[in-house]
Amino acid sequence: MNIHHKSVDSILSSLSPLLAPTDDHPRNPFTDIRVAITGGTSGLGLSLVRELLDRGAKVALVARSRDRVDCVVQELPAAHGIVGDVSRKEDIHPITMQIVGALGGLDVLINNASDLGPIPLQLLGDTECEDLERTLATNFLGPFRLTKAMLGSLAASARECRGAVVVNVSSDAAVNAYPRWGAYGASKAALLHLSRIWDEELSSEGVRVLSIDPGDMDTPLHAAAVPDADRSTLKRPEVAAREFADTVAAVLSRRTEAIAQEAIG
Amino acid sequence: MIAARLPVQRPSNAKVLIADGQGNIEHKARSEFADLLRPGDVVVANDAATLPASLSGQHSRTGRPIEVRLAGRDSLDEIRYFSVIVFGEGDFRTPTENRSKPPALKRGDRLELGRLQGTVVRLLNHPRFILLQFEGSPREIWEGLARHGRPIQYAYVPTPLAVWDTWTPIAVRPVAFEPPSAGFVLDWSMLASMSARKIRFGTITHASGLSSTGDPELDALLPFAEPYRIPRSTALMIKHAQASRGRIIAIGTTVARALEHTAAMFDGVVPFGERLATQRLGASSRLRIVDAILSGTHERGTSHYELLRAFVDDETLSRIDHELNTRDYRTHEFGDSVFLERAATRRAPRLGHLLEHVSCSSTPSTSAKVCFGGLLPHDAQSFFNPVRKE
Repeated sequence: MNIHHKSVDSILSSLSPLLAPTDDHPRNPFTDIRVAITGGTSGLGLSLVRELLDRGAKVALVARSRDRVDCVVQELPAAHGIVGDVSRKEDIHPITMQIVGALGGLDVLINNASDLGPIPLQLLGDTECEDLERTLATNFLGPFRLTKAMLGSLAASARECRGAVVVNVSSDAAVNAYPRWGAYGASKAALLHLSRIWDEELSSEGVRVLSIDPGDMDTPLHAAAVPDADRSTLKRPEVAAREFADTVAAVLSRRTEAIAQEAIG
Repeated sequence: MIAARLPVQRPSNAKVLIADGQGNIEHKARSEFADLLRPGDVVVANDAATLPASLSGQHSRTGRPIEVRLAGRDSLDEIRYFSVIVFGEGDFRTPTENRSKPPALKRGDRLELGRLQGTVVRLLNHPRFILLQFEGSPREIWEGLARHGRPIQYAYVPTPLAVWDTWTPIAVRPVAFEPPSAGFVLDWSMLASMSARKIRFGTITHASGLSSTGDPELDALLPFAEPYRIPRSTALMIKHAQASRGRIIAIGTTVARALEHTAAMFDGVVPFGERLATQRLGASSRLRIVDAILSGTHERGTSHYELLRAFVDDETLSRIDHELNTRDYRTHEFGDSVFLERAATRRAPRLGHLLEHVSCSSTPSTSAKVCFGGLLPHDAQSFFNPVRKE
């Protein structure tokens, strides 16, 4: 797993005793934390829903397919399922309204929904403009719009010392130029840079924006990109979800530590 | 004044009229609003997001088209029971006072509102004002509101509003029925510059209600009871400001209503928590907390205008009206603004009389009425707190 922000690395090392297993830790930083996860019905997203529910978070998940959302909510009734497409401008406020309405606010937003681009993967010269537009809409504009719509909630969360973290799911394709990964790689590179700028701009509001690359995982997206991959070499999404949760826990712990010190002091 | 017809939250030519505590009036570009603030000030805004609270559909028994506008509820968490105003056929393009009446509504009538289904629980002392119960799970109700609802709007804005037109940049919980539009002035750059100048910023969440029902009898009862929540961080900021004599600036009438409601309950102190604002501020009110207010420009006779009378005397307000009219200020939610410092005569004694003019309740038992003051006629009580959990 790669975290694209040095400051997060330093958080991880300084707070390493607080990390896994967090559910044994007396101050589980996820207790009652309100989390929204896009693309929450498969792959890493679904594993994150399970992991964060296990850790005591209040979780809303967003995905396009009503059947799959219903299926996840049936399995995990504590989760709040929302049908919506983050690539559609018209869906952003209805999604936001349902998340914040159901959870009463938001502390952690995980922009996980991703579009691979043309399948099978294509050289840029063979990529249809419409495919690139759709990939940018899901992987770049969607997270921007959703974060912007959630900014009031995240800033309020920060003021109340609850956390306020945005995690944008990244990829090594955001930093390396892999042939045939043009649409996906360019969109993830844009998202990575957006994350860096958000993080700089929102530091005064107490909101952190992280970009995390979970590595190559055994997910439907990877199978679509590399159909003949040796799955035994791929990371299981539940392992990646645990690592994600630990990283977010480290950031949230700074808040809980601060609150504890305030209470003592 | 001129109606602001375009849904632009921060037009570059927006103006603000400033009246200081001595009644002196000046004018500035509203983008310079932050310059009116001083280090040590605490600015409090309403962070409610705006529900798309207009639901079109039909009255099942008669098959006639209706529009329902959500108007009230007794807590921020309530999602099933709403008091609502019902209109007949038509939409926002017809001024509310000219709208057709709905069919006669009876207890038990079913209303089909897109994906949402509701039942008339009872009438609230008026043929068009009812308590409505939505059917389905909270998830289904949230989805129905989010997908089917339209923002409440009025005829002076000719094009249909999008939801994002009605959300301030700081919007959080979707609990307002109309936008807390004074907050349109804020953007993140302004908040950053305030922070850099040691001006503190906090929020409350106040479920702003309707500004007009189209019915004089109902309009006379506005604002209805409105639940609000003061978070711990804002309560602390206010406490520190009170201790250090910093000013408390309300962005919008809802903030003034909420803070003064709590202060009246707790004798000038503002503890955090959720409560139900039931009082009306006006010329006879004495303000305990709010030192200045940024608000829209309001027309005489509206409840918002009445609230401004708590800040300045009528002579000053008349001069303000004259200035707003002669200088072509724009009114309504996308219009220009006024910034009024509380006149010295409007300040309550530090240890004001407890519970003066206030009807109040507080969560978690929002239905438990703590007290009811003498401001309102007794039979108006059901309008102001119409929603009851069974």
